Amino acid sequence: MIRLEALTKYYGEIRAVHSLTFSVARGEVFGLLGPNGAGKTTTIRMLTTLTKPTSGRAWVAGYDVVEEPLEVKRRIGIAPQHLNLDGELTARENLEFHGRLYHMPRSERRRRIEELLAFVGLEERADDLVEKFSGGMKRRLLIARALMHSPEVLFLDEPTVGLDPATRRKIWDLIRSLRGEGVTVLMTTHYIEEAEQLCDRVGIIDRGELIALDSPSQLKRRLGSFTVEVYHSGRVERRFFPTREEALEYGAEHARCDACDFSVRETNLEDVFIELTGRRIE
Amino acid sequence: MDFLVVFERELLTFRRRFWRYFFAGMVNPLLLLTAFGWGLGRGIELEGVSYLNYVVPGIIALSTMNASFTSVGVALNISRRYTKTFENYLVAPVEAHSIVLGKVLGGVLRGLLSAAIIVVLSRLYGAEVSLSAKALATILATAFLFASLGMLVGMLIWSHEDMNTFNALFITPMMFLSGTFFSLEMVPGWVAALIKLLPLTHASLCLRAAMLGREFPIASFAVLLAFGIAFFLASIIAVRRSSQ
Repeated sequence: MIRLEALTKYYGEIRAVHSLTFSVARGEVFGLLGPNGAGKTTTIRMLTTLTKPTSGRAWVAGYDVVEEPLEVKRRIGIAPQHLNLDGELTARENLEFHGRLYHMPRSERRRRIEELLAFVGLEERADDLVEKFSGGMKRRLLIARALMHSPEVLFLDEPTVGLDPATRRKIWDLIRSLRGEGVTVLMTTHYIEEAEQLCDRVGIIDRGELIALDSPSQLKRRLGSFTVEVYHSGRVERRFFPTREEALEYGAEHARCDACDFSVRETNLEDVFIELTGRRIE
Repeated sequence: MDFLVVFERELLTFRRRFWRYFFAGMVNPLLLLTAFGWGLGRGIELEGVSYLNYVVPGIIALSTMNASFTSVGVALNISRRYTKTFENYLVAPVEAHSIVLGKVLGGVLRGLLSAAIIVVLSRLYGAEVSLSAKALATILATAFLFASLGMLVGMLIWSHEDMNTFNALFITPMMFLSGTFFSLEMVPGWVAALIKLLPLTHASLCLRAAMLGREFPIASFAVLLAFGIAFFLASIIAVRRSSQ
């Protein structure tokens, strides 16, 4: 559903995205994980026709994003990182105008609006002006709007940034329930847990380059599913092992001094990122 | 017919904020009519008519300009830079010309409201001006011209401060220079020639002729249309180029 071939974007001398190549299958939830400024949003902007690539090509739903932008636009839904809802309109009007821009017939608009307002739990605020909404409500409405015209591909740019944990879980539930509907999702995040919880496959991106791509479990397995951290006098040494036993063994052997200690836990994607780049994500 | 969706979105705010726009739109004309029509203009005649009758068409022209230009330009600047709602149009399967036409029609509407307010107010001040078909056509052309200019400037200018700079450099001087308050016959020929480069001058000339029952300057009307079409087309190109 999405295919990138050496997709590259420079802003003058500054390299935002460098030679990204990967594909996303129909119905897949794909995550781009990386720190702020890694090029995730630029990638989404190119795939959604908002920014022209410097070189390379990309296809979304079978159409070239540069050659056939209108065909791409018809088939995609976008929930950008910034909450760009129309604050002067009500939630219902936001969806209504959106549906009209995508040429949905009136009866279908009406049905879909009710359906989506229920889906994101905003039925009771349907006729309130959006400028009075909280951040979490706006984020939910933003996803509803992106889904309004039943897109084949959904782009979610940092869908839970700035939200409290409870609201974040609500958004996660929403994204999970999209899975059943066959929508292809490309999301970006700099939250490790979000990528682990939601994505079938994760592309780790740093300084505009894709440095790893696999399912979260496979990425972790390759590194070693268990992490032992050995603390000696303020320093932390991290090692990865395929089994808990091996990790425990290593820890016991290397934390022998009085001030030493060690712990064993499951490896997460942040470990993968640190191993690959030598830096933390946040 | 995508432009209708864009226009109806503007119409919705227009309806919701009508009274706010209405009363805010009265302030400037009241000040101008009082200062120039009553205060300064009492007993003065210009080009053979009372100064009040002379100045009213000019005030209509400049208020239409202000309302159309500002409502499109400032709103576009905000929706591109701050609320980013303009992006919704850019990612929707809508052609650039539909976006521009919808937005410009919204600005035309604001210009018409502003002109209507002054026509009514000026009658209360005792002005004897008539609203002919030619006058209406001029008001429409003026509103179209400056709504399109607002669209163009809103697309090209990113910082809010530069919007103010544009106002200070072009819009405000036009208000005072474009034959609104004085006759072009009163200034040296080369100054008049320069002033005639400003689009608002032609709006004032057309409107004054139409409202005072003089011979209508077709050439000036053509200049208005030409400016309007040029700004309109340039806006479409600017919207198309906005995905860089």
